[in-house]
Amino acid sequence: MTVPLLKVDNLAVEFGPKANPIRVVDGVSFEIPPAGAVGIVGESGSGKSITSLSILRLISEPPGRIVQGRIEFNGVNLLDLPRSEMPDIRGRDIAMIFQEPMSSLNPVMTIGDQIGEAIKLHEDMPGEKRRERVIEMLRLVGIPDPAGRLDSYPHQFSGGMRQRVMIAMALVCNPKLLIADEPTTALDVTIQAQVLDLMHKLRRTLNTAVLLISHDLGVIADVCERVVVMYAGRVVEEADIRSIFRNPQHPYTRGLLQSIPKLDDDRDRLYQIPGSVPLAGSVKKGCPFYQRCSLRIDKCAQEMPPMFSFGPDQRAACWVTAGQADAKAKEVAL
Amino acid sequence: MTDSIIRVEDLGKTFRSGSSLSLGKPADEVRAVDGCSFSVNHGETLALVGESGCGKSTLGRLLLRLIDPTAGKIFFENTELTHLPAGRMRDMRRHLQMIFQDPYGSLSPRRTVAQIIAEPLDVFGIVRSRRERRDRVADLMNQVGLSPSFMDRHPRQFSGGQRQRIGIARAIAVDPSFIVADEPVSALDVSVQAQIINLMQDLQRQKNFSFLFIAHDLAVVRHIADRVAVMYLGRIVEIGPKKQIYGMPQHPYTQALLSAAPEPDPDRKARRIILEGDVPSPKRVPSGCSFHTRCPIRQDICSVERPPLREVATGQLAACHFANPFPIPVAKAVPVVPA
Ligand SMILES: Nc1ncnc2c1ncn2[C@@H]1O[C@H](COP(=O)(O)OP(=O)(O)OP(=O)(O)O)[C@@H](O)[C@H]1O
Ligand SMILES: Nc1ncnc2c1ncn2[C@@H]1O[C@H](COP(=O)(O)OP(=O)(O)OP(=O)(O)O)[C@@H](O)[C@H]1O
Ligand code: SF4
Ligand SMILES: [Mg+2]
Ligand SMILES: [Mg+2]
Repeated sequence: MTVPLLKVDNLAVEFGPKANPIRVVDGVSFEIPPAGAVGIVGESGSGKSITSLSILRLISEPPGRIVQGRIEFNGVNLLDLPRSEMPDIRGRDIAMIFQEPMSSLNPVMTIGDQIGEAIKLHEDMPGEKRRERVIEMLRLVGIPDPAGRLDSYPHQFSGGMRQRVMIAMALVCNPKLLIADEPTTALDVTIQAQVLDLMHKLRRTLNTAVLLISHDLGVIADVCERVVVMYAGRVVEEADIRSIFRNPQHPYTRGLLQSIPKLDDDRDRLYQIPGSVPLAGSVKKGCPFYQRCSLRIDKCAQEMPPMFSFGPDQRAACWVTAGQADAKAKEVAL
Repeated sequence: MTDSIIRVEDLGKTFRSGSSLSLGKPADEVRAVDGCSFSVNHGETLALVGESGCGKSTLGRLLLRLIDPTAGKIFFENTELTHLPAGRMRDMRRHLQMIFQDPYGSLSPRRTVAQIIAEPLDVFGIVRSRRERRDRVADLMNQVGLSPSFMDRHPRQFSGGQRQRIGIARAIAVDPSFIVADEPVSALDVSVQAQIINLMQDLQRQKNFSFLFIAHDLAVVRHIADRVAVMYLGRIVEIGPKKQIYGMPQHPYTQALLSAAPEPDPDRKARRIILEGDVPSPKRVPSGCSFHTRCPIRQDICSVERPPLREVATGQLAACHFANPFPIPVAKAVPVVPA
């Protein structure tokens, strides 16, 4: 086993008053190997963004707080570091891009200056060399005539171009991990195709590891090697991409895959999971999927299923499928 | 053409902003919809796809005359709607309903579910007593899978999927024969999307209304549509039976769009056609074929001459100079030579 680049271990995040907190992320664990690509899928409110913000300790406190767990980056628990060291890590070691690029670009600063600033934060580099680096990055992300666009402002770029500028800015200091929270959700399909293509190219050329957050299983399947499936603030399944799609073990993952129409299926009706998604933190006892699950047994309402291992590459939190898989499944020690 | 329920001819909508009065500045013109001709048949679902801003919602609203066209004609069955006086148009609305994308924004927060669903019943004077009204509402709620006991609640107390059910109940309340659904599942959670898609299909089978289904998810469209129309910058660039559009797309934009959608399957990484550049602004639609600035197969003629929408296979029309009319399947035309 190679040492993971990032190891999130038993993370829990709470919001609200300490006396009566809401636990929106609970017991989340997963790893990213160096240069690997891991995806997080889950429905709205399942805790994907909160999990990724926790890695960089960007949860605003109050109202939120990390109440449990470890976040190890290259073996160092980031939660043990003094807060003052986090800005050094952000950008240089771990970079993040957000869903809405306009809100994270400064509207009154030129594109060239903004990317240049990102370099200045972490590296001592003479102005001329910095300029060259910025141009090189813009070229890498496919901005035509990059030297001519240095003095443009964000509003002069289209949505897809702004997203590519964000990626250029995130990668300018060669971080080892890029966290991308729904990087293509706001984009049209043909522009999304450009950005996904760019992510592949960057992984090949720069060896950057990626944590990609999306509710679109197509996007995840395109980029990632492993997938973390979240439901109501918990990880319900975690596996290599092929096992998730070919042999899912959690009833939610199974239902989700059957309920999405595919480009080549000829079903008359889609499979539907009954009911609606519970709010993160609202299920206090038992399995968070119990209300909607077709396989449930009485035990599910009483006891939260732990993560069971289904072979070396797959884990899922379900009493019933773990029982069915029997000998292979054993409880994973946390 | 007796088969069609809705038919439009050369339909156009240009939005003008910044009047010519203001210091002689030329008015800003957005050609949101331009020269669209097509029909929707009885009981059929025509899906409308295309990228953001290409004019899908505008076209949908034009069909119901929620906004007035600046060019062309709209027919409902045999009645021309285009210049129908307000009173007669109001009567027509009974047959023409709409379902919106945003179940949050489109339902008035102050009214109860019963009031929202009953609104069209009241407008068209369909129920005579309060008792009958409540019975109708309860019946409609059952049809869309909502418990009638929630009748007196407010929409904010419902989830996104439940609100979309309320919107559907309101739309079918007056038994319309044509419904425009503008991205009805785009705002919903993935696991709830399937519920709403199934519901709409079940209702359509029972009631046999026709659908114009606006969407950007091509897999959803393939599941629900009978025919598909692809829009680019206000124009229809390809239209035809679903099987042909997905199996043998003829317009290079349709081909790129279909190849761009990432498939939820790790073993089927599509070979994507990556289009250069961005969608041009509808304020400056390129000359000739409006797709020529991004087209991977463009020739000189493309920037000069606008290609007409012409038949390229039975029932399939494409607007490209190089779309192959009645293509011969390659496997049959070319003898197989081992490489
Ligand atoms: N500042 C906050 N105060 C209270 N609750 C919050 C706050 N921010 C997030 N939450 C709650 O935490 C839960 C998880 O939110 P998160 O943003 O991580 O979801 P997500 O999976 O990223 O959803 P989406 O797909 O909609 O982006 C949600 O139930 C949300 O309401
Ligand atoms: N009332 C209006 N005034 C001026 N311009 C408008 C108006 N409504 C729409 N437009 C413009 O017309 C064009 C088409 O808009 P429309 O909303 O029909 O696109 P759409 O295909 O539905 O996009 P989306 O997928 O984002 O919903 C856009 O450029 C839009 O900015
Ligand atoms: S633990 Fe029980 S309720 Fe939860 S997913 Fe498994 S069978 Fe369903
Ligand atoms: Mg989020
Ligand atoms: Mg629209």
